[in-house]
Amino acid sequence: MTHGFAFDVAHMLAGGLVLVSFAMLYQDRLYALINVLALHALVLAASVAWQAHVQHAPHLYITAAIALGFKAIVIPMALRRMVFRLGIHREIETVVSIGLTMLAGIALVALSMMVMLPVTAHADPIAREDIALALSVVLIGLLMMVTRRNAVSQVAGFLSLENGVNLAATGAQGMPLVVEISVAFSVLIAFIVIGIFLFRIRERFDTVDLQVLDQFRGERG
Amino acid sequence: MIALALTCIVLLLCLAVAGAFAALSPSGRHIVYGGALAISAASLLVALFSLGAAPSVVTLPLGLPWTGAHFRLDPLAAFFLVVVGLGSAGSSLYALGHGRYEHEPQRVLPFYPVFLAGLNLVVVADDAFSFLFAWELMSLASWALVMSHHRETGNAHAGYVYIIMASFSGLALLLCFGLLAGPTGGYSFDAMRAAHPTPGIAALALVLALIGAGSKAGIVPLHAWLPLAHPAAPSHVSALMSGVMTKVAVYGFVRIAFDLLGPPAWWSGTMVLAVGGVTAVLGVLYALMEHDLKRLLAYHTVENIGIIFIGLGLALAFGANQLPVAAALGLTAALFHVFNHSVFKSLLFFGTGAVLTATGERDMDHLGGLIHRMPKTAFAFLVGCVAISALPPLNGFVSEWLTFQAILLHPDLPQWGLKLAIPADGALLALSAALAAACFVKAFGVTFLGRPRTRAAADAREVDSFSLAAMFGFAALCLLAGILPGAVIDLLAPVTQMLTGASMPTQLDVAWLSIVPVESARSSYNGLLVFLFIALSASLAALVVRRFAAHGQRRAPAWDCGFPDPRPETQYTGASFAQPIRRVFGAVVFRTRETVTMPPPGDIAPARIEKHISDPIWDTLYAPVAGAVWHLSLLLNHLQFLTIRRYLGFVFAALVILLLVLALWQ
Amino acid sequence: MIQGLFVQGAQMALVLLLAPLLTGLVRKVKARLQRRRGPSPIQPYLDLKRLLGKEVVLAENASWLFRVAPYVIFAVTWVAAALVPTFATGLLFSWSGDLIAITALLGSARFVQALAAMDIGTSFGGIGASREVMIASLAEPAMLMIVLSVALVAGSTQLSTVADYMAFSAVGLRVSLALGLVAFIIVALAENARIPVDNPATHLELTMVHEAMVLEYSGRHLALIELAASLKLLLYVSVIACLFFPFGLAGGYALGLATWLVKLAVACVLLGVFEMSIAKMRVFRVPNFLGAALMLSLLGVLLLFVSGGM
Repeated sequence: MTHGFAFDVAHMLAGGLVLVSFAMLYQDRLYALINVLALHALVLAASVAWQAHVQHAPHLYITAAIALGFKAIVIPMALRRMVFRLGIHREIETVVSIGLTMLAGIALVALSMMVMLPVTAHADPIAREDIALALSVVLIGLLMMVTRRNAVSQVAGFLSLENGVNLAATGAQGMPLVVEISVAFSVLIAFIVIGIFLFRIRERFDTVDLQVLDQFRGERG
Repeated sequence: MIALALTCIVLLLCLAVAGAFAALSPSGRHIVYGGALAISAASLLVALFSLGAAPSVVTLPLGLPWTGAHFRLDPLAAFFLVVVGLGSAGSSLYALGHGRYEHEPQRVLPFYPVFLAGLNLVVVADDAFSFLFAWELMSLASWALVMSHHRETGNAHAGYVYIIMASFSGLALLLCFGLLAGPTGGYSFDAMRAAHPTPGIAALALVLALIGAGSKAGIVPLHAWLPLAHPAAPSHVSALMSGVMTKVAVYGFVRIAFDLLGPPAWWSGTMVLAVGGVTAVLGVLYALMEHDLKRLLAYHTVENIGIIFIGLGLALAFGANQLPVAAALGLTAALFHVFNHSVFKSLLFFGTGAVLTATGERDMDHLGGLIHRMPKTAFAFLVGCVAISALPPLNGFVSEWLTFQAILLHPDLPQWGLKLAIPADGALLALSAALAAACFVKAFGVTFLGRPRTRAAADAREVDSFSLAAMFGFAALCLLAGILPGAVIDLLAPVTQMLTGASMPTQLDVAWLSIVPVESARSSYNGLLVFLFIALSASLAALVVRRFAAHGQRRAPAWDCGFPDPRPETQYTGASFAQPIRRVFGAVVFRTRETVTMPPPGDIAPARIEKHISDPIWDTLYAPVAGAVWHLSLLLNHLQFLTIRRYLGFVFAALVILLLVLALWQ
Repeated sequence: MIQGLFVQGAQMALVLLLAPLLTGLVRKVKARLQRRRGPSPIQPYLDLKRLLGKEVVLAENASWLFRVAPYVIFAVTWVAAALVPTFATGLLFSWSGDLIAITALLGSARFVQALAAMDIGTSFGGIGASREVMIASLAEPAMLMIVLSVALVAGSTQLSTVADYMAFSAVGLRVSLALGLVAFIIVALAENARIPVDNPATHLELTMVHEAMVLEYSGRHLALIELAASLKLLLYVSVIACLFFPFGLAGGYALGLATWLVKLAVACVLLGVFEMSIAKMRVFRVPNFLGAALMLSLLGVLLLFVSGGM
């Protein structure tokens, strides 16, 4: 394929994001998971910065800076403190074994390829595959939310999902800055709310393990 | 040529009659097995000569009056006749020695030639009626042989399951041929080739053929009879059933899918690839959980059938995309594996039979240390284990290598099903090859190596020379097919030419006897050179070591980190060897659970470790179907105990309903 | 033809001579990182010489398989190493075995090693063999998937052709090759019995896999097996170098040799640093680790089937 260096680097960064998503699926300890989440945001920032360079769209540099500042530094630090204060840093928690989760991840990548590539058959070839990879990052983020018992790791899955949406948007050549800012702020608000609730739950029930919390529900569905 | 093949079959049937009369005399064994050996060798030679010749046809006035019985010997039939002849000759040679230990020869000797005749007849049949007749003959004769040791526990159940599954496969094939014959009723294969069924009919016929022939070959989930029936038969018959009968079932599928149905549809490749991949991995996982040698080998046959179907699926996929050379490569890989598997599986069953006669044990946890007591059998079994684990320079590696080359050939196929199924099958094939090596390290290591675990294993003696001759003959064939694979590929060229319209480039012209599947810049393999290099390097190392190293050598008790335990119970058993793999794969596939109960301190009861393995396919498919049939038959049983008035009422009601239908139809 | 034979012979001799040095260098790097002086890098040569001079102590029930196995393991590993283009591509007999054959040859060596481990009938042999085949049941498919992805990119499974393609053509940065590299490093660590999969310096039964398999060997047999293990490490490093970092293969023999030696040295340092940075895994976390390698390589092959540009 002779599409040139720009194509290759964009692809490599999108593929790197998928690789880091798989690395997130593989983790079973919370501090390592938060570190990989920071790496996820770092790769996203690099990918957005590269798109800014290739598309000559300077407002994307701001998006990259937001990704780097908030998602790679501030949010992981806050999550670490939260994990330490909740006292759950020793727990290892997966619902299904890691091998099966990764197999499901591969099936999701295949699914997103199967859906996206025929649909975008007439689009710019550089963007097509990047959008398919971005959809797989979104799906793998959702998979993480489904296969984790701990609320903090579900937050991590949600954040990686949002990273995937960002990747798709920047690859599509033309996400205005106001959309990015509003999305980022809503994520921040959601995150603060979730954090507050987690602490309240922890005070009340002494645990944030969802399966234990299930028993307090009262009527069982 | 076809006349010669048919003569061999008739001679086999005569031999069966002779066997029935001579069964109880001491020379009966020699007559039957010696005669079978001669006739199989003759049939093998006939088949070898017909591989390159033009197809020959004959029609006999037997069977249905308006169709007659058609027989045809074309390259596909000739190749499978080679496989059948080779397997039968080996089994007969082995049985000349092994049959001495048969307690009830009158239950085995008359049916053995009938079984061979059935196998040969299926391959040369050219119309639906004679095909199904031969298929049922093959099934019934092998059922009689499976039931020959009917007093042993489990064999009656095995025979029962076997006859049900054999009838099921016959029924599926009957429906398939009915669909292909169409409303005109053209039951001869020539008529089916000329007819062009609609895509829906062709699809249904292909699915029925896969179910019918596949259940006889042993694809998952229709494989449950295989590990029950194959071990129950005497060892030479087990070798025939695993090594040859499953291949005849593969022949049935190949004949229908590639010859009678015409050009394949695009989805047929995906379906066969999916079935093949799942069968391969599940078969070897089942084999790893077993500690009975014969059941392990029977489950392993399931894995190899999966590999063959992966090759067939690739051939169908490429054929549907108008890529005849690629389809030829896939078909060559599948048929090469057919040949390889019949050779090394027969060899392994012969070895197991030898161990069974020498020690009376089939359970590897009661054996051990047999390499010292039965060195020749151990060597031949080792060659079989290396071959079946797909290790160079033997023949198993060549067919696996060809399958991988076929997988790599066309990554740019348009159908999404194939885009996903082909890499998935590559992964499944690689996984099953690695697990097969693990399985045979376990089988050979626990049975032949180490220290003897029982008195029977410690007192074993080497078996007779006929059995050894058969085993060494097949071992030599494994090595030859691995060193000179070009010869086998060139033998297969007329078969692929007939079925796919293309063939691989002639291999025997290539320099240094390598094989080049597509072109030399792409990939090549030279079994002979690899073998010579390994031999030369080992000799060079031995020479250098002899020249420069100290020569001293003394025997001492095993080091064992300073705590040697003389009791053989401290060795690894089959279950302990497979425990890591059972824990990794078994928890998902078989829902394995290990429970450890430790007694409280002061209690003198022993600690227990129990493992629970469930078979998901038996629980979800066979048990519910059997239960439903049982309930239905209980309900219908009420019909047995009605009064005469009720019976008359039934007849009256049936008559009234038929008249009503007749009235309303018009 | 004569020049080709000479180059091939030189390659075979060179890999044999350099293999123990590689092991020695890794040990030296690890020792330095632990603030020790450590043995000199030529210590493995002295070890081999010492082992060759000692008498062999065989267990009483060792069979012919136990005595023949070291020669077979060494011969098979040496033949596999001879097929790898180290300082030049297009060696005389490189077409007789491709990447799949090299993988399968290493599998043969492992098969014979596991059988030899079970020969004496001690529980250490059983533990080594059963853990080794569990690791192999995941590492070998991962390796084959990497071979498939590389072959799809380069259009051939012949290692010389692939190395030429990587060295000469503009391959660019490709996602499937990145996935393949990560997976290959994991597989190389597992196959060479390095931390985090196995500890090459231990003799505690909870932690050993490869050492458990060779526990009963002594004298010249042990020397051959140790040499074969060093050869295997050299083989893996050379394959990674020629597939993913083929700088210098395009030049003549001298440049190729110099860059190959530099790559080997860099690999030793990196391996030593990596082994010192993490701890050995529990045995039943290793399947997750290798399963990740298998999934990554499968993903690489899938991406190549789905879209040729990746």
